[in-house]
Amino acid sequence: MSATPDDELPPDATVAAKLSAYLRGGGIITPLITVVVAFLFGGLVVLATGHNPISTYGAIFDGTGLNWLFPWTSSTEREIAALNLQQTLLRTAPLILAGLAVAFAFRCGLFNIGGQGQYIVGSILALWIGVSFENMPAFLHILLAIIGGALAGAVWAGIAGALKAVAGTNEVISTIMLNWIAIWIGVWLFNRGGPLQNTNPQQQDVPVSDDIVEGAKLPVFWGDPILQGLHIGIFIALAAVLVFWVILHRTVLGYEVRAVGYNPDAAAAAGISVARNYIVVMAICGAFAGLAGVIDVLGWQFRIATNDIRINDVGFTAIAVALLGRNTAIGVVFSALLFGALITGTSVRNLDPTIFEPALATNLTLVIQGLVVLLVSTDLLVVYLWRLRRRRLSSRKAVAA
Amino acid sequence: MTPKRAGWAGAALAVLAFFVAVPPLMLRSPVFPVLLGLIAIGCGAWAYARGEKRLGGAAIAGAAFGIAGGVASTMSGEANLERVVVWGALFAATLRYATPLLFGALGGLFSERSGVINIALEGMMLVGAFFGAWGADVTGSWLLGIVIAVVAGALFAAIHAIFSVSLRADQIVSGAALNLLAIGITGYLYVDIYGTAGTPDDLPQVPDISLPIESIPFFGDVFGQLNLLVWLGLIMVPLTWLLVFRTPLGLRLRSAGENPLAAETAGLSVVRVRYLAVMTSGALAALGGAFLSIGFVNSFTQNMTAGRGFIALAALIFGRWRPWGALAATLLFGFGSALAQRLPVFSESGAVLFQALPYVLTLIAVTGVVGRSIPPAALGRPLAKS
Repeated sequence: MSATPDDELPPDATVAAKLSAYLRGGGIITPLITVVVAFLFGGLVVLATGHNPISTYGAIFDGTGLNWLFPWTSSTEREIAALNLQQTLLRTAPLILAGLAVAFAFRCGLFNIGGQGQYIVGSILALWIGVSFENMPAFLHILLAIIGGALAGAVWAGIAGALKAVAGTNEVISTIMLNWIAIWIGVWLFNRGGPLQNTNPQQQDVPVSDDIVEGAKLPVFWGDPILQGLHIGIFIALAAVLVFWVILHRTVLGYEVRAVGYNPDAAAAAGISVARNYIVVMAICGAFAGLAGVIDVLGWQFRIATNDIRINDVGFTAIAVALLGRNTAIGVVFSALLFGALITGTSVRNLDPTIFEPALATNLTLVIQGLVVLLVSTDLLVVYLWRLRRRRLSSRKAVAA
Repeated sequence: MTPKRAGWAGAALAVLAFFVAVPPLMLRSPVFPVLLGLIAIGCGAWAYARGEKRLGGAAIAGAAFGIAGGVASTMSGEANLERVVVWGALFAATLRYATPLLFGALGGLFSERSGVINIALEGMMLVGAFFGAWGADVTGSWLLGIVIAVVAGALFAAIHAIFSVSLRADQIVSGAALNLLAIGITGYLYVDIYGTAGTPDDLPQVPDISLPIESIPFFGDVFGQLNLLVWLGLIMVPLTWLLVFRTPLGLRLRSAGENPLAAETAGLSVVRVRYLAVMTSGALAALGGAFLSIGFVNSFTQNMTAGRGFIALAALIFGRWRPWGALAATLLFGFGSALAQRLPVFSESGAVLFQALPYVLTLIAVTGVVGRSIPPAALGRPLAKS
């Protein structure tokens, strides 16, 4: 039997240990092939249901606004493309942050499936701060909301970390439960008669919050604020990427996190407090995911309705983002851009309905996301490439001998 | 008095603390629930101190809920109470809400007992819901609808088996992928086939079973008019228990989940057992989904399971990976849903918060405050290649 990365690993290898083996095995090629295969499968689904996959993907691509980057795009097209690209980046920013929340946990050998709940509590706290303190200076107001939301996410995820550290509770189960607790708390807060429902006497039947005050809104630096232009949240996300990389690779904490991720027993034997690491790591993850909620509320949503909470899936897309990005800083950025573009390109606002129905396309996005995660889950391609490399290495050795 | 008996007495008193304040007794003084609750806490604490931690803890927690519920009831109007607490209707609704959860939890039991984590119950349920509705629509028969749902659920679960058993993928990642795929595929097919009109109104529906027991006061209301699938779900509990804990097949299933290497050494194909278990799990979860679409609401809508698969998973854990435990947990969660449906009479927003209860209880259960839930030993571990 030919060698695979798995053969070098113990059967109960931690996620990080597998990751490191896979990174050596696949590099950047496997994520690219994974995406291509997922899109091909998605195209087959489109074809099987009697639509044209090529024009469909073409229309989706036009909807993403990425054609703005092409020099040959005409100036009228470029104007529309700019609007679309602003939307794509608007969606990319929270995905980067939520993706970091999943990736950071993975690096410590933890599976943070609770990005959704952490995102929700972050957005709730940002909203609460945003609708209160009417006369606060804008800069302070935004800063307070950011800190508040990040802290809320940190506490929410910290619960899961603490439970794992103290009682050994599986973080997958606890984060799933915390997701749903956060969802129902959110629905309760903004529902009719809820504590944070809007104060407008004409809207008492609508389960939506008040709008945040003007001063708490993130400044728009590209495009028209009225047309949902691009706000500075994308820079917050990119700064978080830098923070992620620095913590992981340039601090003692990061060293400990990676050590625990590779092998908790060895790390404990080396004097690293595994329990403390679980709590700190989950708290940091929660802060990232909470920030994702903050910038969505302060950047373009400005209010939260109960429906927003029910249908929110940033936390789940983030799993695909982190896994496809191989849990690395730069990988998360690019896969977040991919999924951000996909979500925008298939949205009702951006997809040309004469070519492909947006209601179908949004589901196609989910199929593609699912396929990406499924393919990444086994790293079939990695195993294949690994075998190829092994074969090449051994044949080279044979030649040398 | 043994600690065990004290624990049970405490639990019973905790229930009584709530019961005296609501119809038919409806005592209007908060003294009764508080007094009964305090005695229950005393019994619970006594049992807890003498080693009956789980039962004692449950009695204490139950008493806290009993006092809270009881006192709240004495403070609300009698007319409202009589509208909300109609025991017969409440228990019938409990069974209806519990059924999809029960199918899901029993499905999860097969998979997890064999050592394969199944967080894809949600997706498998959704697949069952869609294909149940579609199958019933296309064939014009609810029975064939159910058959198609079960087959679809099993096939969909086979993907999970291929990836997590044969290819030894991370079972949680594979499960998360399946949940995404399920929403995408069912949503895509739903929009493609039914468009904006939705599933037809004349969808064949799984029939109710009418029993001639209407004249019996309480039982007539609860069991007189229940859906066929509700009964099937209840029958599945002893069947699952027999199969998993009293047959050689069940022993193989459990050994694959507790010690796959030993099972393999004894000549058992762990891979085959896990495939069968995961596919059974998909079939059962799909039955739960089919109950939702063609047994309960008579239509399919996108993402209609809305987290029920995760509550089923919670019930499985809360019920400690046992059929009767899962039944008790789903009945408790179902009762919560049934009560939440009627609570808006008092406070619309408060009723919403009530929906979080199953998740809070499960979170407490897995942390070990009230007796820890311990999963099968080899849960989540792929079989090492030899």
